[in-house]
Amino acid sequence: MSHLLVAENIIKNYGDFRALNNVSIEVPKGSIFGLLGPNGAGKTTLIRIINQITMPDEGSVILDGENLKSHHIRDIGYLPEERGLYKSMKVGEQALYLAQLKGLSKAQAKERLKYWFDKFEISDWWNKKIQELSKGMAQKIQFIVTVLHQPKLLIFDEPFSGFDPINANLIKDEILQLREEGATVIFATHRMESVEELCDHIALIHESNKVLDGKLIDIKRQYKSNLFEIGLLSDDKSGVTQYLKERFEISEATFKTINNEMKFNVKIDKHQSANQLISHLTSKGELTHFVEVIPSVNDIFIQTVQNN
Amino acid sequence: MNHFALITKREFLNKVKNKSFIIMTFLSPLIMVAVFALVAYLTQLNNDNVRVISVLDESKLFESEFKSTVNTKYDVLTDINLDDAKKIVQEAENYGLLYIPKADNIDAIADKIMFYSEDSPSIIVMEKIENRIEEKARNIKLKNSGLDPELIKKLNVNISTNLETYGGEKTSKLGSGLKLAFGGAAGYLLFMFIIIYGNMIMRSVIEEKTSRIIEIIISSVKPIQLLLGKIVGTSLAGISQFIIWVLIGGLLMTVVSAIFGINVAESQMTQNQELINGVANNPEAQNELLLIIQEIQNLPLANLIIMFIFFFIGGYLLYSSLYAAIGAAVDNETDTQQFMLPIIMPLILAIYVGFFTVIENPHGTVSQVFSYIPFTSPVVMLMRIPFGVPIWQQLLSLALLIGTFYVTVLFAAKIYRVGILMYGKKPSYKDLYKWLKY
Repeated sequence: MSHLLVAENIIKNYGDFRALNNVSIEVPKGSIFGLLGPNGAGKTTLIRIINQITMPDEGSVILDGENLKSHHIRDIGYLPEERGLYKSMKVGEQALYLAQLKGLSKAQAKERLKYWFDKFEISDWWNKKIQELSKGMAQKIQFIVTVLHQPKLLIFDEPFSGFDPINANLIKDEILQLREEGATVIFATHRMESVEELCDHIALIHESNKVLDGKLIDIKRQYKSNLFEIGLLSDDKSGVTQYLKERFEISEATFKTINNEMKFNVKIDKHQSANQLISHLTSKGELTHFVEVIPSVNDIFIQTVQNN
Repeated sequence: MNHFALITKREFLNKVKNKSFIIMTFLSPLIMVAVFALVAYLTQLNNDNVRVISVLDESKLFESEFKSTVNTKYDVLTDINLDDAKKIVQEAENYGLLYIPKADNIDAIADKIMFYSEDSPSIIVMEKIENRIEEKARNIKLKNSGLDPELIKKLNVNISTNLETYGGEKTSKLGSGLKLAFGGAAGYLLFMFIIIYGNMIMRSVIEEKTSRIIEIIISSVKPIQLLLGKIVGTSLAGISQFIIWVLIGGLLMTVVSAIFGINVAESQMTQNQELINGVANNPEAQNELLLIIQEIQNLPLANLIIMFIFFFIGGYLLYSSLYAAIGAAVDNETDTQQFMLPIIMPLILAIYVGFFTVIENPHGTVSQVFSYIPFTSPVVMLMRIPFGVPIWQQLLSLALLIGTFYVTVLFAAKIYRVGILMYGKKPSYKDLYKWLKY
C-alpha cells in the first residue's frame, strides 16, 4: 500500500522541552488516519510540522513521494483546533481571500465557493460579517475554506468541537465524501467515539512519543483479551458458578437484560475456544447472551496511556 | 496574485474600509479646523470690544498722541479735575482713565503718570500707551536739548551681520531658524507617524491572534510574508490618511481663513499696518524678506526630500517590525505596556537630542553619534540635514539603518512566528529571548 504522507523520526524541541521524540507516522493514501493523544502530547506540534508552520529539529516529512517543500501548502487543507476568522470582514470576501492564499484564482474560488455555499444552503450569508454569525455558522465557513482548494491531504484538528450534533453529522458525512473522492484525512482528536466511527488507521502519541500505531482492526485484535460477556438462565446458581470457576477465569458482569440471568465475564485461555465455552454453558442452562468483548478505542487509549 | 500582494491589499482595504478609520480620517481635520475657527472667532469677539480710555492730560503735551483706532477709543477730557474725571469715567464704565499731571519738566511728569481702572489693565494696552508717551517725551527732550529728532532717526545704524560659509554660501541667523523648522518638522512628523501607525500594526497583529485566524493564515503563507504584508498594507493606509488630512486640513483652513481671516486681519490691521509700513519704508527689513526666500532656496531641498523619504521609510519599517513583534507576543493590548518602553524611549530620546543638541551644535559629537544609531538616526539625521551633512555621512547612517532593519525584522519574524501561536501566557523578556532560539 502506498503512503501519502510519511513522517520519519521527527524530533522537535522547544527550549529544554522535547515536544516530539523520534515520532514516525505513515498515512496510507485514501485512509482516515486518527492522530490520538491526551492534551499536550504533541499532536498539534506534529500537525504544525506537516503544515510547515514550524520546522522539525530532526527528521523528514515526505508528501506523495517528495520531501516537503513550500509549494506543498496547496496540497494540504488544514483546519486548526484554534480557529477563527476575521470578525469584521464579510463572509464572501474572507472566503475568497483565504482561497486565493491557497493558490486558487479569484474566478476559480468564486465558482467553487458558490458550489459549497449552495450545498450548505448558506448563500445568503455572503455579505454578512463574521461577527453576525453564530459559532457553528462560522465553523461551516472554516470547513469550506479548508477543503475548497481540493487538497490531497486534509488535516482536521478536533473538527467537531463547537458543532451541534446535526452539523457535526453533516461535517462527518462531508469528510467521508471527500475520502470517497480520493482525499486522505488526518484526524486529530481525543474524542474517541468519532475515531471509532471514522478512522481506519490510528497513531497514539503520549508525552512526545508515539506509543501505538497501525490499522484500527489490527490494534483491536492485538488488544482483545478473549473475554466474553454471557447471560445464563439456570435454577442452580451456585452450582453453575462453581462449575464455571473450575474451568474458566470469571467475574461478575453488569449489562441490561429482561430476564433474571446470571451475568459473567468469562475469560478463556489460548487452549480453549469460544465453542467449548458455549457447550459448557448450554449444558448448564439456557444461554441468553453471548458477546465477545472487543476493546473500544477509548479502552485502548486509556490503557495505553496509563501503562506508559 | 502572489501572497505578499494579496496580504498587503487585504490589510490596506481592511484598514481603509474600517468605519472608525474613515470617521477619523475625515473628522480629525474637521475638528482641527473647527478648533482653529473657534479660536479665531473668539479672538475676534474679544477684539470687537471697543475700549474707551479717557485721558486727562493736564500738561497738554501728549493729548495729540492719543489717536483712536478700531479697538481703542481715546476720549480726551479737558477742564475737569482728577476726582471728577474719575467719577465720570467710572460711571461711564470706560476701560480706564489715564492721568498725566502738570509739572516743571518731562521727568517729573513721567514719574507721576497714573492709570486708574476697575481691574488690572491689559499689559498690551499699557505698553501701547507707554510707548506713545515715551516717544513723545523723548522727542520733547531731544528738542529741548537742541537736537532734531528727524536727524537722529536718520543717523540710526541698523546692523545685521552677513554670514557666509567658506564655500561662499550666504546664510543668516534667520537661516538657522528656518533650517531648524524644516528639520524639526521632518523629524517630528516621522515620530508621530511611527507612534500612530506602529500602534495600528500592533493592534492588527493582536486582532489576528485574538480572533484565532492566525493559524489558518499561517498554514497558507510564510510568517514573514504576513508580517511584511501587514506592515506595508497598514503603512499605505496610514500614508493615505495622512495625505487626506493634509489636503482636507489645508482646504478647510483656506476656507475658514477666507471667512474669518479678513476680519481677523482687520482687527489686527493697526499692528500689521505698522509692520508692513515699517518693512516698506525700511530697506533693511525688505532685505530680510528676500533673505527668507533666498534661505529656503539655499536649503539642500532635494537632499532633504530624498533623504526624508529614505529615512522615513527606513525608520518606520524598523519600528513597525518591533511593534508587530510585540503584538505577536501578547494576547491583548493591556499586556503590551511592559514592551512599549524600549520602543518609546529611543524615539523620545531622538526628539530630545534633535530639539536640544542639534540646535546647539548640529555637527557636534552627540548630534553625530545619535545620527548614526539606527533607532534615533531617522529623527536626528533628518533634523541635521538642513544644516548641511556630508553625503557620505548620510549614506553611512542610512546603510546602518537598513542593516539594522534587516536584522531586526529577522528577530521580529522569529518572535512573531512563535508568538502568534502562543496563547494564554503573558510573556516576559526572558520568554522572548527563548523564542529567538526555537
